[in-house]
Amino acid sequence: MNGDRILEIRGLCVDYGQGPGAVHAVTDASLTLHRGEVLGLAGESGSGKSTLALAATRLLRAPGVITGGSAHLYSEDGSVLDLLTADYGVLRVLRWSQVSLVLQSAMNALNPVMTIRTQLTDALAAHEPQTSRQERRARAAELLEMVGISSGRLTSHPHELSGGMRQRVMIAMALALRPQVVIMDEPTTALDVVTQREILEELKDLRDKFGFAIVFITHDLSLLIEIADSIAVMYAGRLVERAPANALFRAPRHPYTLGLLSSFPPLHGPRRPMTGIPGSPPDLRLLPSGCVFHPRCRFAVDRCVTDAPLLEVVGGSADRLAACWRQRGDGPVPPELAAAEPAATVWAGELTTKVPTPDERVQQGSSA
Amino acid sequence: MSAPAVAAPDTTTAVLAARDLTKHFAVHSSVASASRRLGRVSKSAPVVHAVDNVSLALNAGAVTAVVGESGSGKSTVARMLARLIPPTSGDLLLHGRPVRGSQRRQLEYAKTVQMVLQDPFASLNPIHDVYYHLSRPFKVHGLARSGADLDEKIAAVLERVALSPADAYLHKYPHELSGGQRQRVAIARALAVEPRVLLADEPVSMLDVSIRLGVLNLLADLRDREHLAILYITHDIASARYLADTIVVMYAGQVVESGPAVQVTDSPAHPYTQLLLSAAPDPERDTPVTLRGAGAPPSAVAPPSGCRFRLRCPHAMAICAEQVPPAFPAGDGHASACWLLDAGPQAPAPPGRRTAVPGSNGGSTDLGGGEVMSADDA
Repeated sequence: MNGDRILEIRGLCVDYGQGPGAVHAVTDASLTLHRGEVLGLAGESGSGKSTLALAATRLLRAPGVITGGSAHLYSEDGSVLDLLTADYGVLRVLRWSQVSLVLQSAMNALNPVMTIRTQLTDALAAHEPQTSRQERRARAAELLEMVGISSGRLTSHPHELSGGMRQRVMIAMALALRPQVVIMDEPTTALDVVTQREILEELKDLRDKFGFAIVFITHDLSLLIEIADSIAVMYAGRLVERAPANALFRAPRHPYTLGLLSSFPPLHGPRRPMTGIPGSPPDLRLLPSGCVFHPRCRFAVDRCVTDAPLLEVVGGSADRLAACWRQRGDGPVPPELAAAEPAATVWAGELTTKVPTPDERVQQGSSA
Repeated sequence: MSAPAVAAPDTTTAVLAARDLTKHFAVHSSVASASRRLGRVSKSAPVVHAVDNVSLALNAGAVTAVVGESGSGKSTVARMLARLIPPTSGDLLLHGRPVRGSQRRQLEYAKTVQMVLQDPFASLNPIHDVYYHLSRPFKVHGLARSGADLDEKIAAVLERVALSPADAYLHKYPHELSGGQRQRVAIARALAVEPRVLLADEPVSMLDVSIRLGVLNLLADLRDREHLAILYITHDIASARYLADTIVVMYAGQVVESGPAVQVTDSPAHPYTQLLLSAAPDPERDTPVTLRGAGAPPSAVAPPSGCRFRLRCPHAMAICAEQVPPAFPAGDGHASACWLLDAGPQAPAPPGRRTAVPGSNGGSTDLGGGEVMSADDA
């Protein structure tokens, strides 16, 4: 990360529907994406994470309405554009060449009656009409090889490919025009864990090679901690915490993040009972007063019921933000939410249980 | 923790056991159906090997997790255990006695073995309320003596899944409940007939992350309080480690490893389990991921000879292509169907194979292909 911002979202508000019955799907969301950064957007279903990403790129469909905010895209040439006010002609050029999108369901995103090659060259032909057919076909082959699929597959139709291959084709398409920002909405959720890992590793390599920034949307916080540089956690349409990935994992500052982290059983160490978070996510039509998380929060104080906290810097570090009154002087900061930053401490007992290497296994096996 | 004896499941103490359960589905290709119409039925009509020779024992007061990727046959096992589909071969043993009889005896069987499905949005009827859903099992099985008795029993079963006060839920429709509450209603419906076995097929995968543990803890509670034998089917090996006493890992329709949950996840003996664990999300991982193997599961219509994992296995040897590996002991109650664990004198060990570093040997770079082979595939 070189600190260069590329996409800056400020005060974004999105409603579904209009008038008094409108559902506030995203409320006052502010986020900054830096060049080459993997920004994880975590949250449960209905938390507004997809809506936020779709609204920021103006891909939101009715009845979604953007009711406020800005989303500035900083181009490499120094120009700045507010995506929320740009007109459609500008957006059309900019989409795919600067900002592209990978969706969860590749089967639905790919056209079942067209070959992979036709679909890959389509975007190239639209954005770079000066290229020849041969050049575009060569580029399509190159793109497919880039994501680990043999170019012999160019003439395949989507149904002839496995789920993992289809998702790879989607990624190849998204990278076809070398965009600066790739938005990935649950790109691996429908895949098996081994395929998911293969794709994530490839994505990491491609990011290192081409330097694009990724907004990675998923409900799987345990996965994000591994792959993201920084993470924003959403709850009921609001950003509740933003932090570098490792800091978020080692020292969460918001009770919801803490609860989410303790909802994923660990793969190592002694088994102990875990509780998750009591209750369930609120109905966006009947949001609680004050802090929307307070009915499920074991640290709630009186103020949480009456006033909504803002996402603000906590603990003096500019890259750590949380929206919680307990971090703002209302009552002592609970020790669970005041863990030291990971740079300063290493948790005792972590990583004590290691999966033996296959060599060790083989030795155990042959001595059995 | 129960004492699983997995290589040869102890069918005498298990509430429900499966012995060599096999399910092959016919392939409905146009060629096959055309030749059937012409009366030329081929003896070797292609079949999908969904499940092959799976043996399992579900013990009272224990959770057995079946872990595997999609297509590994784990749901087919559950459906056979529930007798929703008949096995191609193999036996079910309930309380040690073979389960026989036609589907007419199904009602009796269903009093002991109940199932919870993955999607509570689909398994509950949107036009009926909770009361209706929970009254059905009592009525179908003739378990309520009167209307008042029925009301009482429904309230009691709701309390058992921690939906209390029951009055607050009785007349709610599925859309008025959260995902976790819906799954609890589905579990309550299964519990109504006082079964001894609960088959839960991915019961939390459709639920929000923050409420999954609540449902898993409910299953743990039912195991401990009511001594139920629970089958927990999942693709999430971390949740299996959390909930289960025994983990059974399936790959391409076969059991490749089984044993005490913590032992299987902490020291996996089968290369496939090692691959699964190396790929699973793990925030505590401090080193870059090294995937232990590559590629995709094999075709279920024409699975490879010998070990079905050998085409992806970094340790594959000549014998893996020749013979199906039996379950070798890998510790107390822990078994793995892998030739690497064969300590017998006749075990062939080609020089250099056993010390091969996983992930470093060749393999194809066509990651997307289903036909990825290790470099020296026989």
